[in-house]
Amino acid sequence: MPPNPVVANGATPAGAHPFPHAHLLGLEGLQPWEMLYLLDEAEQWVELNRRAGGGGAKHDNRLAGLTQINAFFENSTRTLLSFEIAGKRLGADVVNLGVSGSSVKKGETLLDTALTLAAMHPDVIVIRHGSSGAVQLIAEKLGCPVLNAGDGRHEHPTQALLDALTIRRRKGRIEGLTVAICGDILHSRVARSNFQLLAALGAKVRVVAPPTLMPPHVEQLGVDCFTSMDEGLKGVDVVMMLRLQTERMDGAYVPSTREYFRFFGLTEERLRHAADGVLVMHPGPMNRGVEIDGRIADDIARSAVTEQVEMGVAVRMACLDVLTRTRRGVADWPAVGAGR
Amino acid sequence: MIAITGARVIDPATGFDAVTTVLLHDRMVAAVGDLDIPADAQIIDAAGLVLAPGLIDAGVFRADPAACHAGGITRIVLMPDQRPPLDDPALVAFAQAMGKPDVWVHPLVAATRDLAGQELAEIGLGQAAGAVGVATGRQAIASSAVMHRLLAYSRAFDMTVVSHAEDPVLTAGAVATEGDYATRLGLAAAPAFAESLAIARDIRLAEATGARLHLRQVTTAEGLYLVRAAQARGLAVSAGVTPAHWLLNETAVAGFRSFARLSPPLRSDADRRAVEAAIGDGTISVIASGHDPRSQEEKRLPFSDALPGMAGAETLLALALSLVRNGTLSLAAALKTMTAAPAALFGLPGGTLAIGAPADIILFDEQAPWRIAGDRFIGAGNTPFDGIPVAGRVRMTIKGGDMVWRA
Repeated sequence: MPPNPVVANGATPAGAHPFPHAHLLGLEGLQPWEMLYLLDEAEQWVELNRRAGGGGAKHDNRLAGLTQINAFFENSTRTLLSFEIAGKRLGADVVNLGVSGSSVKKGETLLDTALTLAAMHPDVIVIRHGSSGAVQLIAEKLGCPVLNAGDGRHEHPTQALLDALTIRRRKGRIEGLTVAICGDILHSRVARSNFQLLAALGAKVRVVAPPTLMPPHVEQLGVDCFTSMDEGLKGVDVVMMLRLQTERMDGAYVPSTREYFRFFGLTEERLRHAADGVLVMHPGPMNRGVEIDGRIADDIARSAVTEQVEMGVAVRMACLDVLTRTRRGVADWPAVGAGR
Repeated sequence: MIAITGARVIDPATGFDAVTTVLLHDRMVAAVGDLDIPADAQIIDAAGLVLAPGLIDAGVFRADPAACHAGGITRIVLMPDQRPPLDDPALVAFAQAMGKPDVWVHPLVAATRDLAGQELAEIGLGQAAGAVGVATGRQAIASSAVMHRLLAYSRAFDMTVVSHAEDPVLTAGAVATEGDYATRLGLAAAPAFAESLAIARDIRLAEATGARLHLRQVTTAEGLYLVRAAQARGLAVSAGVTPAHWLLNETAVAGFRSFARLSPPLRSDADRRAVEAAIGDGTISVIASGHDPRSQEEKRLPFSDALPGMAGAETLLALALSLVRNGTLSLAAALKTMTAAPAALFGLPGGTLAIGAPADIILFDEQAPWRIAGDRFIGAGNTPFDGIPVAGRVRMTIKGGDMVWRA
């Protein structure tokens, strides 16, 4: 993706709608200023979420009376919790539909499930599904804003946004940074969304993975590929480690956990190749001793792992707020029709 | 007795191409040429239309008479992927009769029991029951030993073996061709060379056994290179393709359009161009629709969960005519890929206007423009060509002397 001249200050161009999309299905196709708008909006929620004390202080009522459905067709604990808290802090009535409780197991088609959900008149739906493109398919059938909480290997936009917010708060900028994304790139929607976002915001992106976990032709997505950690980490400002799922470790894609850690795990020694003040990130849940040395993960000076979780709630609050503005008739918010 | 006058008559079997009269009598072609029309003949004025033998669709997944009639198809070669699979002579016999009286059905017997790729099915008895060839089905046979035995055994019955050339292990779980496009969309993908690997093996085994091998769909430049080399060595290896692989490339899956989920998956544009060139030079001799009607329940799913396949019978002729307009093939040569070529491959009657041939005839308007619209199809509408403008409309389909379609 060519560098965008607008990135420098990130301001929404005069006359442009700050976020003219009905849904958030992915980051592909979003303008850089639209991504930055969501990040800017999230800042206020970081402050609200940090507010100490009881009495409903961590609460805003702008989504009061709105129904938010979190439809998760794939298991999730952290993301689901994050979306639930985000919705509740904004005052929405939040309902969770888990895969075990759904009729998907009874043979109902995905589109029938979508129509059933639509008939309950939700105001915003958050969807996670194991198949790439599934969230878009459902969104076409629903008359309310849809937030993609991860579809197959395709996109996980709120994760990339929370990563960006974390980086921006720690580093003061995104533009000009070099970010290495390491691990199971092949199966990772987090990596794909981050390619889109980081490239749009002017960061340089590297991927580091064994060849079996590297998506074919990934360099055509504008990233530099490395199969050696030491090479890939040289001079980077941010290291994003990805989770390696256990079922992919026993000889399927890599021979063993110990071999993986030996060559692709993030260790103290390896991290020395990175730039001073390198920031270490992980979308969680972490496999300590598989992809990351536990000591690095726990070092709050370098690791932003828990901060990422915190930013996640704020970013999701921002997305829920922005996507429901047309529906809520927010003053000065030009109506957004169907489409992305 | 029917006399069709004024049409441009093309017999792809002989290359005959002239404006003249065709006389049909007793369900057969009785005469072709400028003749005195018998007084009792029903005269059909076909001025401005092309008259050709009814199309033979070599490799469809469902006998779909209404769609066939609209598409000018009078004869289909039916894949064994039915429910249950055609792995038993009784099922073959039943399949052969299922098109009556609307369309001639020529079943392919399953190569292995339940199409599982392990034990040989009764292909000799299948032939006796009416099968015109053997097919591995939607999948290749993974075991080289089984494929070797299949080819060797089929040779004794002089049956063409129809193979699906994709390495089944390499393509397991894949729904797209490896490339930046599949990576961008996050689709599980297999390399394009999964095809050439399978083709190389099948060709070598065909050479070792002397069997006749038909690769139902060859869709990559590398695969075509192997086929071309085998044909140059004089092996009985032929190749087919469906319109999707010379008209569309991998970008057609944009927006996760499950109607563009095909098997083999759509390829890069370089491969697409190689397919077109191979049709032009004759490496690919058979064009089929691959007709595989799917219901909404099977297609309106996330891309990876949707079943592959496209409804192709109604659009076969119009899409094939695009090869004539872009200069790849002459009209007679294009028609041959859908008539005389498959007839010769499977030993079928029809595909010719020879005296005594079955009276399977189509009349079509080569120039008539229309726009493909899946929701206006007579049968299932799962076409990846939705919205594409084409030219060429079947005006009349005659099967066995009976007029079965008129538009």
